[in-house]
Formats: sequence, structure tokens, C-alpha cells
Amino acid sequence: MTEMHQATERQGADAGPVDATDVGSVEAFLSHDESLRHAPGPYFGAYGGRWMPESLIAALDELQDTFDKAKADPEFTAQVADLNRNYAGRPSLLTEARRFAEHCGGVRVFLKREDLNHTGSHKINNVLGQALLAKRMGKTRVIAETGAGQHGVASATAAALLGLECVVYMGAEDTRRQALNVARMQLLGATVVPVTTGSQTLKDAINDALRDWVANVENTHYLLGTAAGAHPFPALVRYFHEVIGEETRQQILEQTGRLPDAVCACVGGGSNAIGMFHGFLDDPEVALHGFEAGGDGVDTGRHAATITLGRPGVLHGARSYLMQDEDGQTMESHSISAGLDYPGVGPEHAYLADIGRATYEPITDAEAMEAFTVLCRTEGIIPAIETAHALAGAMKLGQRLVAALRPGEQTDDKVIVVNLSGRGDKDVATAAGYFDLLPDESAEQEIAEDGEQL
Amino acid sequence: MTSASGHRSVPPDVGGSRAAAAIEKARSEGRAALIGYLPAGFPDVRTTIDAGIAMARNGMDLIEVGIPYSDPVMDGRVIQEATVEALSNGFTVSQIFEVVEGITRSTDAAVLVMTYWNPVMRMGVRRFAERLAAAGGAGLITPDLIPDEASEWLEVSEDLGLDRVFLVAPSTSPERMHRTVEASRGFVYAVSVMGVTGARSSVGAAAEAVVAAAHEAGAERVCVGLGVSSSDQVREIGAYADGVIVGTALVAALRDGGVEAVARLTRDLSSGTARGSSGRDEGTGDGTADGPAGGAVDSTGHSTGARTSGGPA
Repeated sequence: MTEMHQATERQGADAGPVDATDVGSVEAFLSHDESLRHAPGPYFGAYGGRWMPESLIAALDELQDTFDKAKADPEFTAQVADLNRNYAGRPSLLTEARRFAEHCGGVRVFLKREDLNHTGSHKINNVLGQALLAKRMGKTRVIAETGAGQHGVASATAAALLGLECVVYMGAEDTRRQALNVARMQLLGATVVPVTTGSQTLKDAINDALRDWVANVENTHYLLGTAAGAHPFPALVRYFHEVIGEETRQQILEQTGRLPDAVCACVGGGSNAIGMFHGFLDDPEVALHGFEAGGDGVDTGRHAATITLGRPGVLHGARSYLMQDEDGQTMESHSISAGLDYPGVGPEHAYLADIGRATYEPITDAEAMEAFTVLCRTEGIIPAIETAHALAGAMKLGQRLVAALRPGEQTDDKVIVVNLSGRGDKDVATAAGYFDLLPDESAEQEIAEDGEQL
Repeated sequence: MTSASGHRSVPPDVGGSRAAAAIEKARSEGRAALIGYLPAGFPDVRTTIDAGIAMARNGMDLIEVGIPYSDPVMDGRVIQEATVEALSNGFTVSQIFEVVEGITRSTDAAVLVMTYWNPVMRMGVRRFAERLAAAGGAGLITPDLIPDEASEWLEVSEDLGLDRVFLVAPSTSPERMHRTVEASRGFVYAVSVMGVTGARSSVGAAAEAVVAAAHEAGAERVCVGLGVSSSDQVREIGAYADGVIVGTALVAALRDGGVEAVARLTRDLSSGTARGSSGRDEGTGDGTADGPAGGAVDSTGHSTGARTSGGPA
């Protein structure tokens, strides 16, 4: 483990985004003999682990044990499959976006429609699985953190379905701005606790959830919302999202008879991205692209581009890239998208970045909002603002693929899949405010000024 | 070694551990060691040093100074608010060494640094440890570092002769208890309850069981922390543990009454450390008159201490 601490201090503040057509990174990956799929943790290269208070180790062990047994239990996997199909609405569609593709240099673009799942995003995959695990452990209460409310709503949904008590921690400022999402969670029977500590953001909501967990671990499962945190969470959350990549792989083969050239996803903590990437990890011809929140721009200091500009550190139980200052204090992140506004990132992404299997680059608020509009107007789909980062990335990537075409290759020989991780209904007020679509002095205008994401 | 209160005729070899030496000294005086925590830089570095010196001169055997951190998941409201204030007052991690040096230069107390791991990792484990050793620090208490992840710290602390205080909890399995006891140097920190820091009216029966399990696993010195705020609790825990750790109550005392209140509370708490008697004689807080609080310290601190201990939520 000593090597772990001596691990690559890659990418200081001076490192720029990795070139998407970097052939060297693919070669680096090809030299790996072993499969990258189903990485069990606790470590992903130098990342992951359990940087956690001893008080919680027994609970993490219990979760690991329950998870290992559940995966091997046909009854459990059948339960998950049944809920996915008959409750969440899986498999989700793979839709070819022909008019949007014109904005991507003319390459073929397919959208994995996680927005069509129950509750409107990929989040449902993870909460159903974890709520089932909570039941298997005999826990009667689940707690969760939430930023804008997506994961909170999904957790409240799973808790209602399975008869569990649910408490959601949410920054006090967010509870005010996201009043409708608070109401939504309450309608589903959850208790929402405003977090008034620290910076009162998502990371502080996680801190308070961990404090609750330490005190109530006997009857409580912490339903962590992303593929980050202490082992086994990164591998466990990925497991429940692997269905995204598996379905996509099969669907793209059915629709095009081949694997895509590239797969795109947005990355905050990185759960939708890791679920999508997993389906293609061992297909070296498929480039994996994660798009982080560049906020006002990575040179402004107001962003959430953790892999692009962060340095390795430990936060919330895992070693990974982290936005931190010279003293190791966590820095505040900024993004128009609440779901990407997190100063950490899942450890498996940190590893995939280091070995060059996946590349990560920032997308600014402005670029994301441009892509948001383009998708609305070309495909009749309003995406989540988180997802708009992946769409903006696909627009850039498509242009690059076209620029790199070899003689005789056509633009539509190239295929990109974008994980459409969530629908944008929750973001209508933010978008309307951003594009100045609301009449002055309307109630909606006031909401938009507060950054409401419905 | 299964009984915490057993007197020894020959002092054990503490292998150069300053924390162990401080606890053994208390044991040789027939009492449990008293360990006090304050976050560095609350409200400023000078006050932390003065308060640390006051604790040492009024009966504290070990001083624990915390590095304020942006994400203190093991801390309750009182300590969180103090560390947020320290950070907003401009505290930087390097100042922890000023604090340690300021206290060790003026007193004989062993000074440990309590820190979440990321600030140490950011500076570099060896560089941090070398600076701590140069400042006269005894070692580290690490609330979010378990031995499983501590290989570099194990190596560096061995090289520099620094103490490694890991935590054990009511939820710790027998197997982990063994590994953690083995990895520790100085003493083992027994978490009294499943929860975060903060004063509690009772620390419950779990604490005694954790201490017994740690002793059973071979720990020579086990100290209990979390929720301890009064001399009565110190007395109760000191009967079975080798040391008693007080944090939140001292932070609240500093917040509400400054260094003088910390000195008073320390004297009151130390009255609870004697084993088999109702309390220590007055005046055992050696050098009270030399403390920074000087003549302003009220020597009848019991009522003040009781008030303070009832204060924090």
C-alpha cells in the first residue's frame, strides 16, 4: 500500500484536458491483459479504499458481505430484474438522434434514454438495488444525501415502494431553492433535514448523513447516491448501474451491427458514466469520454472539474481526485447543474483516467446550455442540465471525429452513444431564467432567480 | 495486563512513547490520565497555545490539538462551529506546529495532534511527521484513518518515534480490535458510543465493554473519548479506563469563558481522575498561579465546571 501513496501525482493545476484522439492512451490500455470489467474494489489502482471512521467499518463490512451474497443469489438478481422491468420501465430505449447529429459534425448519434425511467433519471437503478440490500440486512431506515433533489426523490421513491423509513439530508440553501423537490420527497413519505453546517452544500449533506449513520447504524442503511465513498460503495453503485452499459451494448449492436466509436457521459460523482462505460470497458476500440462541469470556465476557479484540475486526496471515504487547496481543505465547487456540483469523483474514474482508458474534460455552463437548447429543438427532448454536459461533449467530439476521418471514410461511418442520464423537467425554471424566457415579476421569474430546479 | 487500575511496582517500558509515558505517570500516581482536546486556531493560535498551557498546568496529562478541517464527519455541532470559525479566521495547517511548539516549550505535557487524514496526505505524510516531531509533538490521533490504510504512516511514525492513536468503537469486531491494538502506539482511543463528538449526560455501558475488549486484545493503555464532560463521568470512566478524553466541554468552556474557564474546567475534571476516592486534593493542578490566566483563576472551580459541562448541546 506504500506504492499507493506514491502513486502518480498526475495532472497538477497546469494539466489541460486530454486530447480525445490521443492514440497513446488507447495503446496504454491495450497493454493491459486483464479485464477491467467488474472491478471489485476496494482499490482501483491507487484509488478507493476506506478512509472512514472505525465506527462505520463494521457496517461497511456487513454491506459488503450482504452484497456479495446477494449477487450470487438468483432470487435477488431476479428481484432486481423484475423491479427494473416492471417498476422502473427498463430496458430504456436507445434512440437515434438524427437532427441533433447534424450539430455533431454529421456522425451518427444515439441516445440512451435513462430519462424515460421512473423518476426521470438513471438514479432509480441504484436506489432500488440498495433498498433491497437494506431489507436483506434487516434495516428499517434509509438515509440519503441530495443536492438538487434527484437522488433524494429516487431514494424516497424506493423507500416508499419497499416500506422503509427515509430521511434525506439536503443543504439548507437547496431546500429553499428546491422547495418543490422537498415537497415531492415529503409526498413520498420522506423526512427532509436541512443541513446548516459547513458550506451547506451537497458535500455537507453527505457529512451529516455520515454523522447520522454513525449514530444509527444498527437500523439504518446509508443509501449513497453515487459511485463514490468508501468500499464497497463505488463497486456496489456501479453494479446496479451496469445495466445501462449492458443494454446499450446490445441495442447498438442490434441497431447498427457494430460497436460505437465513442461513448459519452457526464461526470459529477460519476454513477451514470461508470454504468455506461462498464459495458464497453473491455472493448478497446470504443473510446470512453466523461464530461465534467467546467462551470464558468476552468481558469476562473468556479467549476467542478475534479479530474481535470483536482489532485489525489481523500474525501467521504475514498481516495480519488479532489478539489482541494494547498492545505488539503475541500474547495467549493460551482456548476449550473446541481447534480454535477461536487468537489470529488468516484475512484474508478480516477483510475480509468490515470491508465488512459477513459478521458475526461470540462464543459462550461455556457456550452452545456447551448447543447441543452439544441437537443430540445432538434429532438423534442428536454434533457437534464447534467446530461447537457454530455451532449455538449458529443457535439465537440463529433467534430473531432470528422476532422480525423481517414480517406474514404464517411461522417456517418462514425457512431457516438450519449448517456441521456436524466430528463430536464426539474431544470425548466433554471433554463427559462438562463434564456430569459420568463416575464418580469412572474412567480416563475422569482423562482428562476433563486436557481430553482424543479 | 487486563486491569486498568492495577498498580505496578515497576514502570512498564513505554518504548519512547510520550503519550504512554504520560499515562503511566498518572497510573503511578494512582489515577487515570486526563486528556483534553481543543481545535487549533479557535479563536486564534495564541489563545489555543494559552489554553493548552492552562490545561497542562491545571491537571491535564495529555493535550490533544485538532487541525480544523472542512469536512469533520466525526464531530458534533460544538466542535464543528469552532473549527469553522478557526478556518474563517484564516487558520492554516502549518500553524498546527506553532501551536504544538508553543505548548511543549512551556509545559511537560505530551501534545498529540488530532487530524482528519487529507491535510496530512496533502502535505505529505513524512514531511508532516517530521515537522510535528521538530515541534515537539508526541504523535497523531487519526479519526478517519484505519490501520488498513495507514501503511505509510506506520512506517514514518516508526522511523520518527511518533505515537499512533487509532480508534476502536463498540462496533469493532474482535479481529479488527486485535489489528488496531497492534497497530497503535501510545494508547488506543476507545469511542464510548456510536455517534459523533458532543457532550452527553451518559456515555453508557458500551464504553466499558470496548475498553475491556481492547485490554483483552492486548492494549496496555485504553482511553475513552466522546461525550465526556463532567468530573463525575471522568470518575466513572477512570475506574475502568487508563485515561479519559474530554473535548466538546472544553471547547464550549473556551468559547463561553475563555482560557480561565478552560483552566477551571480542567481542575474540576481532574478531581474525577483519582481511583478509589471521591476526588483529588485541591492544588494538584500544579502551577496554577503561573498559568496565563494567573490570579484571575477562581480556585473554587467546581460549580463553574458543572455549569459548563451542562452547557453544550
